[in-house]
Amino acid sequence: MTETRTVEPRVAPEDIKAVPVRHPGRWVAIVVIAVLTAMFVHMLVTNEAFQWRFMFDNMFRPPVIEGVRTSLLLTVLSMVIGVALGIVIAVMRLSPNPILTGVAWVYTWFFRAVPRIVLLVLFGNLGILYARYEFGLPFDRQLGNLFGIDLDARLFGLDARTIVTGFVAGLLGLALSEAAYMAEIVRAGIRSVDPGQQEAAQACGMARGTTLRRIVLPQAMRVIIPPTGNETIAMLKDTALVAFVPVTNELFFQLQAIGARTFQIFPMLVAACLWYLAMTSVLMVGQYFLERYFSRGFGTTGRQPRVRGLPATGGGGGGA
Amino acid sequence: MASEVAATTTTGPRDDRLMVQAEGVHKRFGRLEVLKGVDLKVRPGEVTVLLGPSGSGKSTFLRCINHLEKINAGRLWVDGELVGYRQHGDRLYELKESEVARKRAEIGMVFQRFNLFPHMTALGNVTEAPIQVRRTPRDKARKRALELLDRVGLAAKADVYPAQLSGGQQQRVAIARALAMDPKLMLFDEPTSALDPELVGEVLEVMKQLARDGMTMVVVTHEMGFAREVGDQLAFMDEGVIVERGRPKEVFANPRHERTRAFLGKIL
Repeated sequence: MTETRTVEPRVAPEDIKAVPVRHPGRWVAIVVIAVLTAMFVHMLVTNEAFQWRFMFDNMFRPPVIEGVRTSLLLTVLSMVIGVALGIVIAVMRLSPNPILTGVAWVYTWFFRAVPRIVLLVLFGNLGILYARYEFGLPFDRQLGNLFGIDLDARLFGLDARTIVTGFVAGLLGLALSEAAYMAEIVRAGIRSVDPGQQEAAQACGMARGTTLRRIVLPQAMRVIIPPTGNETIAMLKDTALVAFVPVTNELFFQLQAIGARTFQIFPMLVAACLWYLAMTSVLMVGQYFLERYFSRGFGTTGRQPRVRGLPATGGGGGGA
Repeated sequence: MASEVAATTTTGPRDDRLMVQAEGVHKRFGRLEVLKGVDLKVRPGEVTVLLGPSGSGKSTFLRCINHLEKINAGRLWVDGELVGYRQHGDRLYELKESEVARKRAEIGMVFQRFNLFPHMTALGNVTEAPIQVRRTPRDKARKRALELLDRVGLAAKADVYPAQLSGGQQQRVAIARALAMDPKLMLFDEPTSALDPELVGEVLEVMKQLARDGMTMVVVTHEMGFAREVGDQLAFMDEGVIVERGRPKEVFANPRHERTRAFLGKIL
């Protein structure tokens, strides 16, 4: 049966008015949390051991600021090296060349197996292995002995103490171990890209390197960035480990030193928490913008629609 | 592999006037033999429609033409040059990856699932290969890309990302992307199979226009209307060989091979 009534203009029906579902559990939860928060704040204010005035007076002293600077610098540098090297290792791991694949596997295996703290102490003691590091033709003296000549083909040499300073040793330890973790993250990212993408790029005449750089990696970034943010934050905290190299001008060591010298252990530990909280928050803001940049063209991430107040299902919100 | 290829040198003389010439092309994946001796000739300016049941090897053959798959035996020439190899005397030498890439650049390919680059705008998709592969200056590539987008009716969508386009629009951008490299041959791998029915027409229209402009095309499709209207040659494939070949109208009206008859009976 067909109806013909629809020709007349329709008046929009009135919105439904109904009694909403009650959520008593929510109110209980709010009360419980409010009480716990009040207790916590009360403790912060009344417990003398916190020594707030002392803490604020000491947490911005020059050696501490210097420590913040060192920790941030170590974080940034070791992440930059770690990500770059990680990409190289991931690409090696996925290459058709079995030797490269093997080398990448061994690298990942070694640097993931050895604890960071052991690695850092090891790098701190590289001076024991050789007092001088020289660069030139490999096995020059051995070759010279073989042919009975006095061959010495060294281009330049450096004292172990001048190249492997505490800072460099700490940086190397952190960066090399980070590269192993990043390699796995990057590999997962590359494999998450639709193989059709590589095919389309090849069909356009792009060589493998161009395809990787222009097509595959930018799309893999969307998958790589969130865990890399995680890694960066973990790295920031792991910089405290370089005290074992030893690098003593890093943040936690400095705060602890003040605590130990003045017997005010706890306030300085709280200061450390606050510093790491602050720095992590800054890093998280950076991650947010990076994620937004690399999800351009992918409308379904749900980030931009929320900003614009559109429903989360709006797939069309992608960054045009 | 190379020795096996050399063993079948005697199949036939190469014809320089052909755009695509396949002589006994074989392709195996492990133990599965997908192509079992495909013979095909495509003249410049001709539209060849490949038809056949799924699994008959149509797409694989198309990918062989574009060096995306390496053939195991037989010979395959595109525009007078061997695909994947260089011949010196009786010997075949495998091409380096960069040489293969250069040859692929001269052949456009359109995929069933569009495979547009999702992180680039429509314009970016079209300019990418000319800029990266041909080193075309950016503004020149951009100008040409806008012309091509206009040609496929999408000039207004230049700055839009693929995710915001309909399937039909995406496929038209993909065609523009392939055309941006000024290919001498265009390969279409079921270009309308992933589209909603009402979007098929707009893509076919672009392809028809392309055919009228004299582009040499090899098209894997189930669109009989397209095959009848613009196809110069129809090749029916089954189980890795071309079992029947002829003018589309004649094959449709009077299929000689029983498998062609059975297939057409099911879909017409």
